[in-house]
Amino acid sequence: MTSFDDSKTRGLTRRGVLKAGTALGAGAVITPSFFVRNAWAEEFRNNPGNASSVKFGFNVPQTGAYADEGADELRAYKLAVKHINGEGDGGMMNTMQPLALKGDGILGKKVEYVTGDTQTKSDAARASAKRMIEKDGVIMYSGGSSSGVAIAQQSLAQEMGVIFMNGLTHSNDTTGKDKRRYGFRHFFNAYMSGAALGPVLKETMGTDRRAYHLTADYTWGWTQEESIKNTTEALGWQTVNAVKTPLGAGDFSQYITPVLNSGADVLILNHYGKDMINSLTQAVQFGLRDKQVNGKDFQIIVPLYSRLMAQGAGENIKGIYGTTNWNWSLTDAGSQAFVKSFGQEYGFPPSQAAHTCYVQTILYADACARAGTFYPPEVIKALEDFEFDGMGNGKTLYRGADHQCFKDVLVVRGNENPTSQFDLLEVVKQVPASQVTYDPSIFGGELGPYKV
Amino acid sequence: MDVILLQLLNGLDKGGAYALIALGLTIIFGTLGVVNFAHGALFMLGAFCAVSVQALLTISKKVKDESITFFDAYKEVPYLEAWWGDTGSMIIDYAVPLSIVIAIPLMLLLGLGMERGLIRYFYKRPHAEQILVTFGLAIVIQELIKAQFGANPIPTPAPEVIAGSANVGLWVGLGESVVYPWWRLIYLAFAGVIIAAAFAFLNLTTYGMVVRAGMADRETVGLLGINIQRRFTIVFGMAAVIAGLAGVMYTPILPPDYHMGMDFLVLSFVVVVVGGMGSLGGAVLAGFLLGILQSFASMNEVKSIFPGIDQIIIYLIAVVILLIRPRGLLGRKGVMET
Repeated sequence: MTSFDDSKTRGLTRRGVLKAGTALGAGAVITPSFFVRNAWAEEFRNNPGNASSVKFGFNVPQTGAYADEGADELRAYKLAVKHINGEGDGGMMNTMQPLALKGDGILGKKVEYVTGDTQTKSDAARASAKRMIEKDGVIMYSGGSSSGVAIAQQSLAQEMGVIFMNGLTHSNDTTGKDKRRYGFRHFFNAYMSGAALGPVLKETMGTDRRAYHLTADYTWGWTQEESIKNTTEALGWQTVNAVKTPLGAGDFSQYITPVLNSGADVLILNHYGKDMINSLTQAVQFGLRDKQVNGKDFQIIVPLYSRLMAQGAGENIKGIYGTTNWNWSLTDAGSQAFVKSFGQEYGFPPSQAAHTCYVQTILYADACARAGTFYPPEVIKALEDFEFDGMGNGKTLYRGADHQCFKDVLVVRGNENPTSQFDLLEVVKQVPASQVTYDPSIFGGELGPYKV
Repeated sequence: MDVILLQLLNGLDKGGAYALIALGLTIIFGTLGVVNFAHGALFMLGAFCAVSVQALLTISKKVKDESITFFDAYKEVPYLEAWWGDTGSMIIDYAVPLSIVIAIPLMLLLGLGMERGLIRYFYKRPHAEQILVTFGLAIVIQELIKAQFGANPIPTPAPEVIAGSANVGLWVGLGESVVYPWWRLIYLAFAGVIIAAAFAFLNLTTYGMVVRAGMADRETVGLLGINIQRRFTIVFGMAAVIAGLAGVMYTPILPPDYHMGMDFLVLSFVVVVVGGMGSLGGAVLAGFLLGILQSFASMNEVKSIFPGIDQIIIYLIAVVILLIRPRGLLGRKGVMET
């Protein structure tokens, strides 16, 4: 009793001690994070601090062979910024699950943007990105459409400590041997194209085929050729020859004529953009599509398709198989919301390049909102292993191990009977994400540190 | 054997385009002494004549596309088809041959305008300045075309009747396995006709004789009271027409884009250098020769021995020619040798 009274006299109670202890403990937990937050403010590049806005950089090919695709990407970026800032109809922000964005910018700051021209050249893209980071103070930058260019920008992102959200890039290397902690890719890759195409090729063309590859001579072409070869050879197909063609060759006739008498009954065009339009047009001119070899109808495959390319190749695209990341004709709520929003703004549906760029911008913004900060390491952690839905490809995982998104892949065919002017690609099969998922270690590479 | 025949045809075809562009370049260099880096742009403009004619013939009315439900979309129905049905469609189908008729006066005017409006101010200026101004002009033309038509290649197909391939193998007794697109054969014949016409004009007419005399000695021809300058202006126009026609006819082979002129220009300059600066025969010979060599260099059998040879063969030959015969294959002694 006495002791109790004594303690009371000194103002100490069990409850008081517990209260004080809890307060101290909570303080001890909370206090460092306050300091860390302030420390982040000191540490990271282009911290917006108390500014009322943040700036994004959109680095797309505005000149060069991919300029039309770049223009479509830019349209998508502008639309994404509008939606993040709460303007327009909100597009996919109405369908994305889960979503931390509130339609008032990011963490209360409005989004602004600057644009740059990559010219589809790695050095020009790096210079433009560097200018955006150093002069314009962008907090994130994004863009496509060439894997060589994307990889160059991703490396810069790691050096500068500013996140790069890849636009259209399909090489396995982007999230394989050249992956970076500060680079993220929503678009699918050559391996996934091969994995998705395989079963469809088996079903439509059988297991006894002889394939001839014409391949664009740079990182994307090489990895696509390798992936498609692995797939077709696993089906039992023979690879007759694989010939590298210079990028932008224009006239492919001298590469196509040897195909005629090679004994091949399938031509695989690992070409993209202008190259694909030219090589496919010329292959059809040389009568390859109407040819019979080894008692079978000759077939042409374009593993990576886009609606913009289909438009350029005109009639020649009909009946030809390939894969695509997304197509405007999909009927899920996310795709419909995006197509509606984009169509109302511009009068035509978006391309797959536009789709991936739009999604990447929203995903970055959402990651900042979830992380509660623009501090890159925290935003990166918020994106890593993030699962979402409602963005047009079904349930999607942003895998932490290599920063590659895993989602359904579309196998498409050039539409024989289009119902509208935009109905150029017919979706043959929506291959589930589980069938195109692979072990990240097969491509090697290191992500690198969070803090740079 | 059939592969060799096909590669030979490919080479002749490509060589035809090189020869036509190089011929114009040489005529301009021989008469005006100007190194015209905008000549590739003239080739490209010719191709876009075909694109423009096709666009004109397919001017359309907008009809609401009921199949698009997400937003207001419109499809385009060409007036020609709406008014004349199948006849209208047939006229649209013949856009490329029709554009030849349009391209001749248009390219002539363009050539004359270019010479009078810009090139003539650079006759007496150093070659470096001529190159800079014509290169600048080429970039301006290129960007204007891109702004108007976009950057993607625009499909401009040949008429349906000749869209298929010819059984070349049957003609030479090699069986049915050797086919070659009709349009490429037509292009080859067309290149031959144009080259023959240009030579006939320069060698068999008095006008051509005076031009050749002017090429050899401008001052003496001037002293004889002939306005050689006017003739040279017309010759510039002619070179522009040749480049333009080469471009028009090339559109079904290669869907044109704004950059196609630049792609051909560099190779055509190599052709001129190999053939001999100022030598018309040399330009034609070197054009076909380099086209054929480039074609054979891309055969798998050759590439298995010399990997990547297809991409350097033209430049390799230029190096060899410049080392052993700096004036080019048929070049005259003293021209551009100092």
